[in-house]
Amino acid sequence: MLKAYYYLLMRDLRLAFRSRHELANPLIFFVLVVTLFPLAVSPTTEALRTMAPGVIWVSALLAVLLSLDRLFKQDFEDGSLDQLMLSPNPLVVLVLAKVTAHWFLTGLPLVLIAPLLGLFMALPDESVEVLVYSLLLGTPVLSLIGAIGVSLTVAVNRGGVLLSLIVLPLYIPVLIFGANAVDVAMDGLPVRGQLFFLAAVLALALSLAPLATAVALRITASR
Amino acid sequence: MLEIRALECIRDDRLLFSDLNFSLSAGEVMQVEGPNGCGKTSLLRIVCGLRQPEEGEVLWQGESIRHNREDYYANMVYIGHLPCIKGDLTVLENVRALLDTRSLSIDAKTTEAALARVGLAGFEDVPGKALSSGQRRRILLAFVELAGAKLWILDEPLTALDVQGVALMESMILEHRAAGGSVMFTTHHGMQLDCDMRSIELSAYSHADWQERD
Amino acid sequence: MFKAIWRWIQRFSSPKYFYEMSARLIPWFAVSALIIGVYGLYLGLFKAPPDYQQGESYRIIFIHVPAAWMSLFVYMVMAISAGIGIIWQIRLADMVAAASAPIGASFAFLALVTGSLWGKPMWGTYWVWDARLTSELILLFLYFGYMALQSAIEDQRSADRASGLLAIVGVVNIPIIHYSVEWWNTLHQGATVAKFDKPSMHIDMLIPLLLMALAFKLFYFAMVLVRTRNEALYRDRNRRWVRELITGL
Repeated sequence: MLKAYYYLLMRDLRLAFRSRHELANPLIFFVLVVTLFPLAVSPTTEALRTMAPGVIWVSALLAVLLSLDRLFKQDFEDGSLDQLMLSPNPLVVLVLAKVTAHWFLTGLPLVLIAPLLGLFMALPDESVEVLVYSLLLGTPVLSLIGAIGVSLTVAVNRGGVLLSLIVLPLYIPVLIFGANAVDVAMDGLPVRGQLFFLAAVLALALSLAPLATAVALRITASR
Repeated sequence: MLEIRALECIRDDRLLFSDLNFSLSAGEVMQVEGPNGCGKTSLLRIVCGLRQPEEGEVLWQGESIRHNREDYYANMVYIGHLPCIKGDLTVLENVRALLDTRSLSIDAKTTEAALARVGLAGFEDVPGKALSSGQRRRILLAFVELAGAKLWILDEPLTALDVQGVALMESMILEHRAAGGSVMFTTHHGMQLDCDMRSIELSAYSHADWQERD
Repeated sequence: MFKAIWRWIQRFSSPKYFYEMSARLIPWFAVSALIIGVYGLYLGLFKAPPDYQQGESYRIIFIHVPAAWMSLFVYMVMAISAGIGIIWQIRLADMVAAASAPIGASFAFLALVTGSLWGKPMWGTYWVWDARLTSELILLFLYFGYMALQSAIEDQRSADRASGLLAIVGVVNIPIIHYSVEWWNTLHQGATVAKFDKPSMHIDMLIPLLLMALAFKLFYFAMVLVRTRNEALYRDRNRRWVRELITGL
């Protein structure tokens, strides 16, 4: 079972590295969207600081949302998804492997590049650290919840907008607490509460979302 | 081995078949026949457990496959219309990836022998996108061979195969049958199997009077 | 024993049986909703004393609060019946879920509109990012997501099961969303905003409020029966009982 997890994870990572140009796209998108705000609003330090947490978090959310497609789309289109569902291993484990791969390929790069964006948005150093932590706890939740959404919409033609309609409302708690943690850190206040909340949501998502995704995939296959 | 009980399938508000019963024992080969759109693919997907039937159930070794997935899937292999091949993986990696989902660790020699048998010797390191569609289907044949399953469910396995490919599929089925395995397949191409074969005409189960029910 | 219960459930959940039964129930629900609603409105608009802070404008709560309650209640009904539909494959349950969604969305919309109308005299603007209104807005989005998914999938049963699963995921998320929005609101709130449900509500206000809540619930039952009947007719349009019904045989 662990082997199946490991092999599927490795297969997805290998596939992603074979088409490297696509790998960077969510990351570039993330930086690009954040860059738009100083241009659209104002580049003064105070203005940047007030909007920074929200802007960075919303951009991260959108970057993950746009990359969700690759979680199951290709496997669905070439039939590999059927083979995954016919595996003697529990589907939940395989789903978890795919979500892990997705996070390694989108969430983790976002976390790593976040300090640079903190610099762009004139965030003070201590809040950059909190930004990294909040993204580290929050982005896996985005992948996990997103997996439910994709597995429900992967068979729908032009399901892209539909996917955001379904998934974005479910992202709101993570957005609120993630952005707020950074906000609060800028004022030098303790952020433990927010980070604990994100950790709790992560634990909940980790235990329930793969189950829901597995059920959703079976529903999708059954048409 | 495999038993189908009172299956009924409705798709897009149309009854494809109902009250379908049959069983398949070890060493039996069965062809599912019928015109386009009569539900052959749907039937095979139901038998695999990919699709849920409207009514009825599929039993493996006397137990419903819904409660017995692990054992059933360890003993069943399915190939459908789609090639399951990743363009960015090599032929060898593609076979490996398919076998990994079944948690089968097969040594390199056996794998290469199987690839050679399906006519892909020398192609091990060629990426999937460089293959013709017939060659992609051949990877699937190697997968079926290596999967070590008792029951093969093959949906249009001859698609895109050339004459040698068809002959290969035929001999694979015969060997599998001789080894006590069972096969259930559909095809629109002529398959010349030199053995006893059962066939089932699916359109005979699409009761036109189903609208008479409540 | 179990089999007998199962057969009983199947009999009573057949669309045909439901269609006949519901025809008898709808008038009762509709008429009682009308009577109680008119009486509740009368008490609320004319008999209840004006609020000492908000004057007369608070009276919109007799619409707003029941609508907000119902929007949540309908979502629950939707998720539960969708769950029943997925687990036990009872078609009627799927129909109830599908029929409920637009009603629930309308309640959420009504709560939003009345909330912002109430906001104009209270806050001086039609929209304030108040915790309740924001939660209600997100709930409306959840309804939209459900309905969009339901209509995007062509195969009826897949559509029911997929959107049903989404409704269940939504139910798990609603408390989390609600809590985060409340918490977010306490952080960003400047001036204190008057809340609707003061702990000590005058009894003359409470009675019409509860009457209105009851009327809304009865109205929902009538509506969901009507809509489920339509749903049953549409989905079973090729079956005998519908054909006999239409041709009058």
